[in-house]
This record gives sequence, structure tokens and C-alpha cells, in this order.
Amino acid sequence: MAAHTKRLIVGLIALATCGATLYGLRDVVHAQAPVRRIVSLVPAVTEMLFAIGAGPQVAAVSSYDDFPPETAKLPRVGALLDPDVERILSLRPDLVISYGSQTDLQSQMARAGIAVVSYRHAGLAGLFDTLQRLGPAAGRTTEAERLTRDLRAHLDRVRTAVAGRPRPKTLLVFDRDRATLRGLYVSGGRGFLHEILEIAGGENIFADIEREAVQPSQEMLLARAPEAIIEIRATGLVPATEPAGDARNPWAALASIPAVRNRRIHVLNGDHLVVPGPRIGRAAEDLARALHSEAFR
Amino acid sequence: MGAPRPIRARLAVTLATFGALAALSCLLAPLVGSTPINLARVFDRSIPFADNVDAQIFFVARMPRVLAAALVGSTLAAAGVVFQAMLRNPLATPFTLGISAGASLGAMLAIVFGAAAVFGPLSAVPAASLAGAAIASAVVYRLATLPGRAMSTSVLLLAGVTLNSFFSALIMFVQYIADFAQVYRAIRWVMGDLDVGGFQPLVAVLPLVAIAFVLFAYLPSSLNLLSVGADAAATRGVDVARTQRLAFVSASMATAAAVALAGPIGFIGIIVPHLVRLMVGVDHRIVLPASALFGAAFLIGCDLIARTVLAPIEVPVGVVTAMLGGPFFLWLLIRKG
Repeated sequence: MAAHTKRLIVGLIALATCGATLYGLRDVVHAQAPVRRIVSLVPAVTEMLFAIGAGPQVAAVSSYDDFPPETAKLPRVGALLDPDVERILSLRPDLVISYGSQTDLQSQMARAGIAVVSYRHAGLAGLFDTLQRLGPAAGRTTEAERLTRDLRAHLDRVRTAVAGRPRPKTLLVFDRDRATLRGLYVSGGRGFLHEILEIAGGENIFADIEREAVQPSQEMLLARAPEAIIEIRATGLVPATEPAGDARNPWAALASIPAVRNRRIHVLNGDHLVVPGPRIGRAAEDLARALHSEAFR
Repeated sequence: MGAPRPIRARLAVTLATFGALAALSCLLAPLVGSTPINLARVFDRSIPFADNVDAQIFFVARMPRVLAAALVGSTLAAAGVVFQAMLRNPLATPFTLGISAGASLGAMLAIVFGAAAVFGPLSAVPAASLAGAAIASAVVYRLATLPGRAMSTSVLLLAGVTLNSFFSALIMFVQYIADFAQVYRAIRWVMGDLDVGGFQPLVAVLPLVAIAFVLFAYLPSSLNLLSVGADAAATRGVDVARTQRLAFVSASMATAAAVALAGPIGFIGIIVPHLVRLMVGVDHRIVLPASALFGAAFLIGCDLIARTVLAPIEVPVGVVTAMLGGPFFLWLLIRKG
């Protein structure tokens, strides 16, 4: 399974279990000098660091990192559940980026005198907030500001392109069992997937449920009657390997759903769709192109 | 054993009462849900089925779900009765002998390794869970029936408990090396889910359930004697080894089928038999069919709560059975005491 998916799910689990208010980067580092050696256990942040030109400062990444390709050459120091503390210490970092729930790791780093920040998913606002704080910490303030501007501009272009068009009631699926509609995970009314869907000109049918992930029943799918269905197939998510155009299309059982009747089931491939990182503009645009293809001719 | 007539009369009354309860649950539960539907529209043949949302909600979403609850509820409750009698242990459940742990390991492997194979009407996860259950029960059975020894219930219990721990360790290992999304899905599977989305998954496990229930029909009288003690039963002409074999095989098949269909939904297999015994006494000729019927009604009720209480969000049905069943059971115990 791709790192991005894991990140997404980690976020979902964190939300489901603690329901905490989310922050991008808490505990800002007021480092006198920009940090030189960063260990990032959070793939979304790794991606941001590379995007603002701080790639050379990244000393190690988590075992889930696979983007950008440069991360392949970096040492791996575990991940959410199994951070390799000895390895991290041996790399002599001056900043460790950890998940909010890695409190043991955080206190160990603090004892070793290493600055540590904790990261939690918090939708687009959290993404921009994280970028804002990463810039000064990594000595890349200008680049971070430029990336922020570019990203906002990209999202605005998508918003403008679909403005005024009818917004289809959309179901955004990011995981389900193969060949059936069981084990369905879809976007609720919180989190970056919901936000980019709304930017892309779709009306999330589960916008009223204040959660990132919703497991709808068959009845709920029929009752909410989506006009469009978007299935995200990131690497490792189960439907990714389900043959497209499968004769046993599981959606066919729910024939009264307008999206099924009108064949508005869009399958989107790519890990960028599930990462709350610098590729979010592309993700929003992909969703918009699926929902409003005529707007991009 | 009592004279034939009173037992027959009691059986008739009990079956009629519990049968009516189960039938009523099957009929009424599909009318209720998170979405209001119009019954006239549901049965309106003039609207094409593909356009009739009410009919689709009724026939595609609710009916299979209610029937799955009935099937799983009655199967687990009956299996619980048989295991408790066979092991002469009131704390035995359909999951005591490691069958559900084997099924869980199978399902987990299918989830983690993303198995895509489809076996006839069975998709990968249920098929793998059936295979896991079969392996677990074969191992337990083999251990308890080593040549030159009578089948021993204490060996069965110990083997089952050990196998449970062993499979749990394997499950933890698989979860540890797996990815978060998969672990989350696996955990969700363990909580139980009756939203089967069509009749096909039901049909797939029906043969196994049918065979198990046919075998159950041969058991009650022997179980009555067996629950007094193996020696006492043997002196009354019961073929103890044969009864134990039959009980083990049938209850294992029933458990495996129920778990493959809906995941290991807990509590049904222990709480329903005890509730029914509190109501109708201890004669297995009555307890077994009454438990099957009451189990159906009980799980239909629990699933009704699961799908409506927090709508539009659902509560996993296993959470409802445990949260409802536990306190109710304790209350009954205290009241009776």
C-alpha cells in the first residue's frame, strides 16, 4: 500500500479515536538558525520539504515515503508505530517531524535535546499552516510562500473553471472490498478530500457527517442517490487492482442510483489524490475534470 | 425424560411463540430504517425496479440484511447451545474452540494480502474465513480424537483455548506487518457486519447452515443425557463418542458459515441460549429450536438498532449485541437469583 494511503488512513484513525482538534504543525520551532538535518516521519511533510527546496536538508524519512523519487536514497527510520529511536539519534538530526500521537518518541527526542514537532492532518487549512511554519524552520521562507501562492492559485483556477456549473451530488469512495460494495470507505464532510471535492464542483452527499471517513450502508447509498461517483484508486487501495470495466461491476446492484444509471462512475488513479501535500492542486483538478469534463475543453 | 405428550405440547407452544417472534421480526424490521420509504411504492410493479428507489432500499438493502441477521442469529445461538451441552460448560460459546479465531486469521490474510480470487458464489474474504475455520476445527478435532483415546471434552477445551491464543498471536503478527488501512479493515471485519448487499452471500453459506441444522435435529435427546455427564449418558445407551463428533462437526459448520457471512458477532452464542433457558427450562429438545428462533429475532433487533440509532452513521452490530446483551443478561441473573 502506498505511503499516501497510509497517511490518509492514519489521519482517519487519529480522528476516529481521539477526535482531537487538528493542527498542521504545532510547537513551532523558533530555531535561531535554519535546521540542517531533518528527520521526517510524516510523508506529507517530506513532500512539502522537497517542494520548498529543503530536500537536501532531509536526513531520513519514514518507511512509507516514496515521493518524490529522491526519498528512495534516504535512510528509513520506521514509521507511526515503530519509529527507530536509535537510528534517529544516530543520524544527529536537529529537527524531527513526528505524528501527534507519537508522544513517547517526542519525549525521547526532547530528552536528547532534539527539536521535535508534531503533525496532525487538518484539511487544507492545516496544509497551508504547515507550509507556513515549515518555511522559516527550514530557512526556505520565500519558497514556502511561493508554493503557498501557487497552490492557492491552482485551487482558485479549478474553482473558477467549474463556477456556475451545476454541482452534481457526488459520492467520493476511497476504499472498498474487491468486487463488492462491502467495506466501503467514503469521504464525510471533513478533511481535505471533502474540501477538494467541493472545490472541484461536486456536492459531497455525506457533507453533513462531521467525519473524514464514513462507512455508508447500502441503504444510505440508495437514499442519498448520488448523481456522480468518484472512486479513487491509489496504489495499494483495494479497488486499484480490480479490473476496470469489470463485468461484475458491483455498483450495478444499486441501479436506482442516478450515477449508476447514467454511468457517471469515474475511476481516478494516482497517489497524489490521497496526499494532503503539494500535489493537492492536481488532485482537485483531476476531480474537477472528472465531474465537469466540458469545463476543461 | 418426561412423558412424550407434555414435551410435545410444550414444544408446540414454545415453537409457536418463538416462531411468531422471529417471523414478526423478519416482517417488521425491513419496514424500519434510516430512510423513510413508501410501502405502496415498494410493491408498485408499474415503476421499473431500476428506477424505484423505495423498492431498491427494501429489496437490495434491507431484506438481505434482515435475513442475514436471522440466519446468523439463529445459527450462532444454536451452535452456542450445542457447544455448551457438549462441553458441559455454561461459558462455552461458538468461538471457544478457536473456530472464529481461525476464521478471523483467514479473513485477515485475505484482507492484508488483497486476495482477489472468487470461489463460486463466495468472494475472497468469506472464502478465506471458511478455510481458516475449517483448518482450526480440523486441528482441534484431530487433537481431541487421537487414536486410542475417547474424545475428551477437556482436551477439546484446552486445545481450543490454546488454538485461540495461537491464532490471536498470528493475527497480531499479520496486523503488525500489514498497513494501516488493512488493519483498520480487518478490525472492522471483527466487529461484524450484516450489510451483505444482496442475497448472493446468503445463498453461498446456506448449504452449510442447512446441513448443520439437519445434524442438530439428531442431537437434543443425547445432549440432554450428555449434559448430565458422559458416563451417565453412556449407561443410558447414548453413543457418547458419536454424539460428541456429531455435535462438534455440526456446530463448527454452523459457526464457520455464520462467521464467513457476517464476521464474528459476539455474545449471541452465549447470551441467547442462557436467556432461552431462563424462559423455557433446560430440555434441549426445546432449548435448541427456541434458541435458534430467538437468536434470529435478537440479532434482527440488534441490527435494527445498529442501523438506526446513530443514522446516518452505523454502529457495528457486534458492539450493539455486546452492549445490549451484557447488561440485560446480568439483570436477568440478579433477578433470578
